[in-house]
Amino acid sequence: MLYAIKIAVRYLTANKAQTSLLVFGVAVGVFIFIFMSALIGGLAEFIMARTAGDLSHVTIEAESQDPPLLIPSPAETILLVQQKDSTRTAQLSTIDAFIPIMEALPGVLATSQQITGGGFLKHGALARQVSVTGLEPDKVSAIVNLKSYLIEGSAELGTGTILIGKTLAEDMSFRLGQTVRLQADTGIDASLIVSGIFETGSGGYDRRQAYISLATARTLFAMPQGVSKVEIKLTDLYDAAATAARIEAVTGLPATPWTENAAQLLDALKAQGQTGLLLKTFALVTIIIGVASALLLSTYRRRPEIGIMRAMGTPRSFVIFVFVSQGAIIGLVGGLLGAAIGYLVLLMFPTREEFRPGNLPIDITQGAYGIAILLTTIGAIAASILPARSASRVDPVTAIGQ
Amino acid sequence: MNHSLVDVRELYKSFGHGEAKTQVLKNLDLTLQTGELSALLGPSGSGKSTLLTILGTLMQPTSGSYSMLGTDLTTASDHELTTFRNLHIGFVFQFHNLLPDFTALENVIFPTAVREGRERPSAVTRGRELLTRMGLANRIDFPSTKLSGGQKQRVAVARALMNKPELVLADEPTGNLDKESANQVMELIGQINRDEGTTFLISTHDESIATRCRRQIRVDEGRVTG
Ligand SMILES: Nc1ncnc2c1ncn2[C@@H]1O[C@H](COP(=O)(O)OP(=O)(O)OP(=O)(O)O)[C@@H](O)[C@H]1O
Ligand SMILES: [Mg+2]
Repeated sequence: MLYAIKIAVRYLTANKAQTSLLVFGVAVGVFIFIFMSALIGGLAEFIMARTAGDLSHVTIEAESQDPPLLIPSPAETILLVQQKDSTRTAQLSTIDAFIPIMEALPGVLATSQQITGGGFLKHGALARQVSVTGLEPDKVSAIVNLKSYLIEGSAELGTGTILIGKTLAEDMSFRLGQTVRLQADTGIDASLIVSGIFETGSGGYDRRQAYISLATARTLFAMPQGVSKVEIKLTDLYDAAATAARIEAVTGLPATPWTENAAQLLDALKAQGQTGLLLKTFALVTIIIGVASALLLSTYRRRPEIGIMRAMGTPRSFVIFVFVSQGAIIGLVGGLLGAAIGYLVLLMFPTREEFRPGNLPIDITQGAYGIAILLTTIGAIAASILPARSASRVDPVTAIGQ
Repeated sequence: MNHSLVDVRELYKSFGHGEAKTQVLKNLDLTLQTGELSALLGPSGSGKSTLLTILGTLMQPTSGSYSMLGTDLTTASDHELTTFRNLHIGFVFQFHNLLPDFTALENVIFPTAVREGRERPSAVTRGRELLTRMGLANRIDFPSTKLSGGQKQRVAVARALMNKPELVLADEPTGNLDKESANQVMELIGQINRDEGTTFLISTHDESIATRCRRQIRVDEGRVTG
């Protein structure tokens, strides 16, 4: 139907100002669509990277034995609860054999064996309570990317070194290379050298967390073998539930996916995604209404011509095709233009790598340009169906007889 | 059936219902022979346009029979009529004749292009020939809106002839033109009729136009009176 397209193009170019305005209107709608896609996508990725990115995606933790609850017999009225022994850390004693098996599972990026416990960091008269994590020296940045948060020193953990947060360092006026004393909850203590200071931006972490090597932790927490937990990083963090189930099946160890403790985050992301979808739908509806009304006006203006065409033996289907083609062309051109404008505007925002807190986390790669163009074209075609049908029903007698 | 091109019997056409009902054509009989050049005369409101519209298959009669080229056109579907019009009937109207966004040539070849789905070189050649014949050799690629009234009507005649139709219906084709342009258009119609045997039915109020036709058909009170 090359000839119908020729006529459609002729109709569109006959009134350049009006067509330009219409195409520009469509482009603005497409731009909003693309901008929302990039913003919602970037925001989700940013929030994920900030939260889930530094999380363990699947965690295997030794089940700490709950203190037995003494259920009172009906005759007695005393309820006795035994205090949990906080100094005795639960441990995974047979983990070594399972590590290679877990690392071989598809989707598993890295594992990190850890010994965790509490303690006090002391310097002169000052003391601060800290959470201590013992890490394998070659896997310091496997879960939390410590390397990227380091502001002083190095992220390497050797025997007798400790990494602490910036707030803690400031509180205690610790400096790099200084020797500090760490007393574990077990009562054992050790002198350690501050080899690095990190700043994650998360208050609790920077104030409370300290990292030491796994070997040092064994001594401090009196765990000659085994670990307190294994943290696992996946290639796809959305795959956590399935992978956790697989790990449990293979090893029999209790594996918890991160999503289990992040329902709020996931809900927030979902709500955010739905808001974006709603805005994008509005953008599309606006495009459809705009195109439909413009074409309807055009069919009205061209009634005499359509009458002449029909009188000369033009089938109704041809008339429909002429108007649907106009819709398709407007949608396609407007879509391409809007996508181009969208891309250029998004270029002005910092890239994902350059991104800093405080800017809009817009991700240019998530602009959904193809979908925007496709949906706009389909929408514009749909919008043209009503005008096209009305054009095809023009009665030549009344149209010409005016 | 005889050899007549158009055969109309006991044609009735009314508009509206009840109080508002207007009976326009009443028991009208008409036969056109192939090659005839006829004028359709009658007072204003006598039903000339209505008859031409029915003959052109753009409107159906209330009752009666109408056949052309032996085909019954009162029972055909819209799609069949569309094709029939394209192949066998040409139109020239008084107003709103040309497609404004197209050149003279594009207007002329439209009836062929719309059937063939594109503007074939053969159609372009015939379109140029027709325009040249209409004395418009220097206006072939002119935008139709920039043509004078007389030129527009000549382009319309060329377009009506494009598909070599058996019948050309013209409703006051010169009604809008000055005497000179009107004569020019009628002269061309006469030539085509003589040379190619195309049948013309031309409605007019102008007796001098009517006398240029070999036959005069008068309509009054909804029927042919002579
Ligand atoms: N669609 C319609 N609805 C109602 N009445 C109509 C319609 N079309 C035509 N008529 C009426 O039919 C009658 C004949 O109209 P028609 O246009 O055929 O006359 P005409 O002979 O062509 O007149 P003129 O010489 O003025 O062009 C008129 O009274 C007109 O009002
Ligand atoms: Mg009339």
